Amino acid sequence: MSTGIGARVQRKEDKRYITGKGKYTDDVRNESQAYAAFVRSPHAHANVNGIDTSAAMAMDGVIDVLNGQQLTGDGIGNIICGWAITSKDGSPMNMGAWSALATSKVRYVGDAVAVVIAETQALARIAAEAVEVDYEVLPAVAASDKALAGGAALIHDNAPGNLIYDWEIGDGAATDAALAGAAHVTELAVTNNRLSPNAMEPRAAVATFDECDDHYTLYTTSQNPHVARLVLSAFYQVAPENKLRVIAPDVGGGFGSKIFIYPEEITCLWASMKTNRSVKWTSDRSEAFITDAHGRDHITTAKMGFDAAGKIVGFKVDTIANFGAYMSLFSSSVPTYLYATLLSGQYNIENIHCNVRAAYTNTVPVDAYRGAGRPEACFLVERMMETAAREMGKDPTDLRRANFVQEFPHQTPVIMAYDAGDFGANLDQAMAAADVAGFAARKAESAGRGKLRGLGYSSYIEACGIAPSAAVGSLGAGVGLWESAEVRVNPVGTIEVLTGSHSHGQGHETTFAQIVAERFDLPLENVSIVHGDTDKVQFGMGTYGSRSGAVGMSAIVKAMDKVEAKVRKIAAHVLEASEDDIVIEGGQVKVAGTDKAMGWHEVGLSAYTAHNLPPDMEPGLKEGAFYDPANFTFPAGTYICEVEVDPETGVTDIVQFTASDDFGTIINPNIVEGQVHGGIAQGIGQAMLEQVVYDDDAQLVTGSYMDYAMPRASDVPSFSVHHASTTCPNNPLGMKGCGEAGAIGSPPAVINAITDAIGSNDLAMPATPQAVWNAIQAAK
Amino acid sequence: MYPTKYHKAASIDDAVAALGAGEEALVLAGGQTLLATMKQHLASPSDLVDIRAIDGMSGVSTDGDMLVIGAATTHAEVAGSADVQRLCPALAGLARGIGDPAVRHVGTIGGSIANNDPAADYPAGLLALGATVVTSKRQIGADDFFQGLFTTALDDDEVITSVRIPAASRAGYAKFRQPASLFALVGVFAAQGAGGTRVAVTGAGEDGVFRHVGLEAALGADWSAAAAGGVGVASEGLLADIHASAEYRANLIGVMAKRAVEAS
Repeated sequence: MSTGIGARVQRKEDKRYITGKGKYTDDVRNESQAYAAFVRSPHAHANVNGIDTSAAMAMDGVIDVLNGQQLTGDGIGNIICGWAITSKDGSPMNMGAWSALATSKVRYVGDAVAVVIAETQALARIAAEAVEVDYEVLPAVAASDKALAGGAALIHDNAPGNLIYDWEIGDGAATDAALAGAAHVTELAVTNNRLSPNAMEPRAAVATFDECDDHYTLYTTSQNPHVARLVLSAFYQVAPENKLRVIAPDVGGGFGSKIFIYPEEITCLWASMKTNRSVKWTSDRSEAFITDAHGRDHITTAKMGFDAAGKIVGFKVDTIANFGAYMSLFSSSVPTYLYATLLSGQYNIENIHCNVRAAYTNTVPVDAYRGAGRPEACFLVERMMETAAREMGKDPTDLRRANFVQEFPHQTPVIMAYDAGDFGANLDQAMAAADVAGFAARKAESAGRGKLRGLGYSSYIEACGIAPSAAVGSLGAGVGLWESAEVRVNPVGTIEVLTGSHSHGQGHETTFAQIVAERFDLPLENVSIVHGDTDKVQFGMGTYGSRSGAVGMSAIVKAMDKVEAKVRKIAAHVLEASEDDIVIEGGQVKVAGTDKAMGWHEVGLSAYTAHNLPPDMEPGLKEGAFYDPANFTFPAGTYICEVEVDPETGVTDIVQFTASDDFGTIINPNIVEGQVHGGIAQGIGQAMLEQVVYDDDAQLVTGSYMDYAMPRASDVPSFSVHHASTTCPNNPLGMKGCGEAGAIGSPPAVINAITDAIGSNDLAMPATPQAVWNAIQAAK
Repeated sequence: MYPTKYHKAASIDDAVAALGAGEEALVLAGGQTLLATMKQHLASPSDLVDIRAIDGMSGVSTDGDMLVIGAATTHAEVAGSADVQRLCPALAGLARGIGDPAVRHVGTIGGSIANNDPAADYPAGLLALGATVVTSKRQIGADDFFQGLFTTALDDDEVITSVRIPAASRAGYAKFRQPASLFALVGVFAAQGAGGTRVAVTGAGEDGVFRHVGLEAALGADWSAAAAGGVGVASEGLLADIHASAEYRANLIGVMAKRAVEAS
């Protein structure tokens, strides 16, 4: 059975995951382990006038209680946002100070003011409750539009009106003119509901200071351990990079929430030095709801204009993005370059203008969450297309087809240059698989049972393969977004690949090995993947934005190119042949057309014994590469959702969900389909169940699974997943990325289907039974 | 969790004594609510008095047409009991729908009704079926037992020992689950028997489980889904939260009443 590109190889890592043998951060237990518990603000906004730690310090087993004054006094730097956005008036974004432990003011429920270090976790938590903080409660605001309205509480002194930036993209005047001349203008107001990421493994950190070497080791739940080390070192001044090792071992899901460097990791490192103990913190689910960066939370109004033939002439968008109380690491890029640049959707739109205002509120910081900006763009564009079709009396698929981009490359007016795609092919495939032709009969059958049946489309596009370093640098990114790899052929011919990507559920140990096994025609088990440890692996950028295939694997290919070149040279020398005649297959390195051959392992041995190498060749067989992508990649596709609504209760049953995706080259269909299943489940979660709710005092209402509804297996149908692919021309494997597509493309398909079923377009996410029932009542 | 002292009671007297002696002692009957609350530091009882090992405290028996269910009988045992399935299949169905398998195999009927969560299932069943709660001190009718949110007629040192449930000639339970917790957003138990027609609603009332007079009158006259559907359910006195407005709950009471009758 083939184990190469396109093979449905079983995941190599699953045995340890399924049998409970994975090694996660919380599994790390050092000698004389101490435990941290944070003292967190119960108020959304308050001045901290004093902290009394005496009762906690008096408890047996409490090692120390540390606060923000001590932390900043030791020179620990403020947490920063790493992407600079410039407002349309030319001013820089207004980034407020964020200390890992608040010094004089708390700005959201959960903001940490102190940390207790104790001998046990239970004791640390009890002692944390004994720390008395003198709060002077201030007015608070949770909603972004209210925060920007006059008179709201001021959250950061250097952000007047709570405005972080007021940014725009596209030609406003041309778009206005196009809308003024349009035959039809559709207006739409949408909210993109705030979500909590809910990775299966909560965040955790184990920090150990070694006073002999002045060295720190941090185990943590990170999607990008090198970026964590860089930021901890360069910005937070915890330790120089060579004195800080960051290890992200098995990590149980991230969805973006584990990209960022949080106060807890910083505090544990610093506290380890202060107490000279290894300090461990493990979030529980309640703490996760108030500390893991939330996602989405946009309020948008938009207008789309069409000519008499149904061609889009202009698209004008105004968005407010809620950033929470502080600017998280990549927060600023999400509602700008990851959102507004995708507003052209799959369509040929000459005029687009988008204005984005980013607001501070007294809520958990908001940052990238599976899709990061692209779900918000897709939801707006695809709700707009469906709404416009209904208003103009057109079939929603006809309207889409009439506007599809047909020729590539295609430059949109919002930066992105689409490189390849066949949007019509995905729509055709999805419609056939969903039996759209038979929908009318199914709808009639449902009606006979008193049920309302509806069909909704979403033709999504997104940008992955993040990202060309120079391009993102010019847009304000503080880092390059290339990836690194090192391919080590051992003297016995087995191979280790050191990758800067990080796997936290994606199956890299399998897919990365597949491309190596295919390239050198070796057994899959001869290839091992090493990742997640800054002491083992060269600097790398990590995993997010569906980049590990298109960028991470491309780096491996580049390194393999170098390995192959050296293998050819060695073999040609030993076998006395021309390099051009060397063939690598079946575990051998051969001279084509002859019986001259040496085993793959013999090439490795030759390289390391160095007894008979070409003149001037260095011994060894190990090559590294850095790959910087030439462009974003553009996964696209069409999703079709079919629902049946019970009008008595508003309960919506997704009876069929069909996906046709274009991911370019697929390495392992099992893993890709799993990504699509998970993504759609998360998208259905956003569309129908999930919503972070704050009350008027900015207290979190949905602080546990009792109130925050996660999708369960019974909430999702058996997915019908298909592929109609075009090859990405910009990377060596032709890959586009698949990790986020499901979460990006599915929410509008769901809402379009429900609104089709109930005959009312006025329905916000999440479309809970209550919301659907209310919409039905309102339309009566 | 704060430190607490665990007692394994050998007898009802032993349990009552331990409850009286502790500074803030609580009965542990399954702990599916209490332990989670303690882990969150929202409860910190000085003592936990485990009543599950007391002889005769768990299991289902019959007394004529009366079901007698020990207080420490798990939901799974009630769901699987041949006696419950024979005499009151709607109650077996209710037990089968509580929580998840882990909860059903540890949580108990006594624990559920003593906690009287406004969204719990058993209070609706017991109230509609006209059950009697037997305690270490007395017998209390369901109408008197449930007294509001998380409030019952029990004294601090009183232990539920069993629940006596008369068989109904017709009974059905329909539950609409809150999307996050899967607790009853609205649950309606409708029953007809020697005690007349009784309809109890859980999940919806500001004061916890309650009987719905209008539905009882309509179903007393005509036990049919149509009769239930014809009753206008008012939203006054109903809970409102992020999951359901009072109006939506009122609608669900009507719909669930219809479905309870259809299931009977």
